[in-house]
Amino acid sequence: MSEPTTLPAYTAPRPRSLFEPHRIVLMAIFAVLVFCVVWFMRWDWLPNYGTRLAYGVGETLIMLFSTAIVGFMLAVPIGLVQVTGPRPLSWLALTFCTIIRGTPLLLQLWMLYYGLGSLFAQYPEIRQSFLWPYLRQAWPYGFTALMISFAAYEGEVMRGAFAGVPRGELEAAEAFGMSRFKLFWRIWLPRAIHRALPTLNGETVLQLKATPLIATITVVDVYGVISRVRQDTFLTYEPLLLLALIYLCLTGLLIWGFRLLENRIPTRGA
Amino acid sequence: MVAAATQSYLSLLALEPPGWGGVMLVGFIQSLKLAFGGYGLGLLIGIGGACGKLYGGPVLRDLMEVYTTLIRAIPELVLMLLLYYAGTDALSQLLALAGYGSVDINALTAGIFVIGVVQGAYATEVFRGAIKAVPIGQIEAARAYGMSSFQVLRRVTLPAMLPHALPGLANLWMVATKDTALLAVIGFSELTLVTRQAAGSTKAYMLFFLAAGAIYLAWTLVSSLVIRLIEKRARRGLTRTA
Repeated sequence: MSEPTTLPAYTAPRPRSLFEPHRIVLMAIFAVLVFCVVWFMRWDWLPNYGTRLAYGVGETLIMLFSTAIVGFMLAVPIGLVQVTGPRPLSWLALTFCTIIRGTPLLLQLWMLYYGLGSLFAQYPEIRQSFLWPYLRQAWPYGFTALMISFAAYEGEVMRGAFAGVPRGELEAAEAFGMSRFKLFWRIWLPRAIHRALPTLNGETVLQLKATPLIATITVVDVYGVISRVRQDTFLTYEPLLLLALIYLCLTGLLIWGFRLLENRIPTRGA
Repeated sequence: MVAAATQSYLSLLALEPPGWGGVMLVGFIQSLKLAFGGYGLGLLIGIGGACGKLYGGPVLRDLMEVYTTLIRAIPELVLMLLLYYAGTDALSQLLALAGYGSVDINALTAGIFVIGVVQGAYATEVFRGAIKAVPIGQIEAARAYGMSSFQVLRRVTLPAMLPHALPGLANLWMVATKDTALLAVIGFSELTLVTRQAAGSTKAYMLFFLAAGAIYLAWTLVSSLVIRLIEKRARRGLTRTA
């Protein structure tokens, strides 16, 4: 009788540590680079613009979250009518998504700001209305363009998410006697958002990266502040490097926050 | 009366000099060149980057990781400004060192470089995922035939991963066409900037922006048609999933 041969137990490959020798060398090189940047470049302008930069970051974040939230609320009906809606409505939603996703955001932004802005100015009715003080400013146009763009991209995601909710769950809800509205509110929407969450995170990061465009229509976000610094100090690289660092941190924070959110939602392991 | 007014309004789009149609057409061709050039460069960087990430040594892998992470975390607009200035600066200093004196770098070349570097990071990720989706047995079989690693790449890995990469690549092409508009902020005369100039000097803002929008839309619609054909061809002989 021979011993039954057993396969050697599976050993997981060693996780790559942060402190492998080559990584320590790379980090050292990186540290030297950072030191050179700090030491040899001009940063004396930084204290003068500290508060303005903080306001700029705030403006960027306000723009990001307000457009993402309102855009998402628009995206839900856009996605829904494409799955269940009557033909004309779903056709309309599809056309909207195709047009917005098929043209550059910068063009849409300029069309709203220069085009619509100049059109509004021609009508005395609009000029005398209570809205005019707002319509004369730039941010409503920036907000609208970013919101519409987010709604179109997210509407496409939500369409897939609504279509992907298993039919059995919806049928079970119907069998419980839920009304259509209750079914949507309790089952369909939460499950669709759950499915769309990873994509939603990615889209929000993309939205953050789209916000500096509004600086081209004179909304002063963090990019606008940095452009101002560049005009004032005639420096090319320093402000841009700082700007890249700021966006890097914002992206990192956003991803980290979404990961916390995702971990809070219980998911049954596949 | 109204017809005549509409006529003169639309004649702003005429191709001959009083109209701005010709200028916009030139801008559109510049945009096309940027998109094709940048996309092509991005594909090359992507293939190299994916191979580096999958088969390279530890140092190369980490450097590639830094490259893709940085590029994907910073807004395209900021990257383009940085790369545009840094790239042209570095190149002109290099040429000066080599003894060519001061050389003006072609704006188109700089624009293609900028878009290519940005696209390369995304393409790296697309190709990496696609190469990993190729069944390992096919690559092992190719090695067993005695092919060199470059031959394996050219004959087996790249053709076999293409159907997996195409959806991502198609998406990237759409992003590339829309990224060309960002170069308007740097001052490169592509379609969007030219449109704004035409609109500004004629005060017919809506007309020109709508026209440019229609051009972009036609471009993306034609692209998606062509992409569908390519996908159909690349997927021939594969079993249909889902």
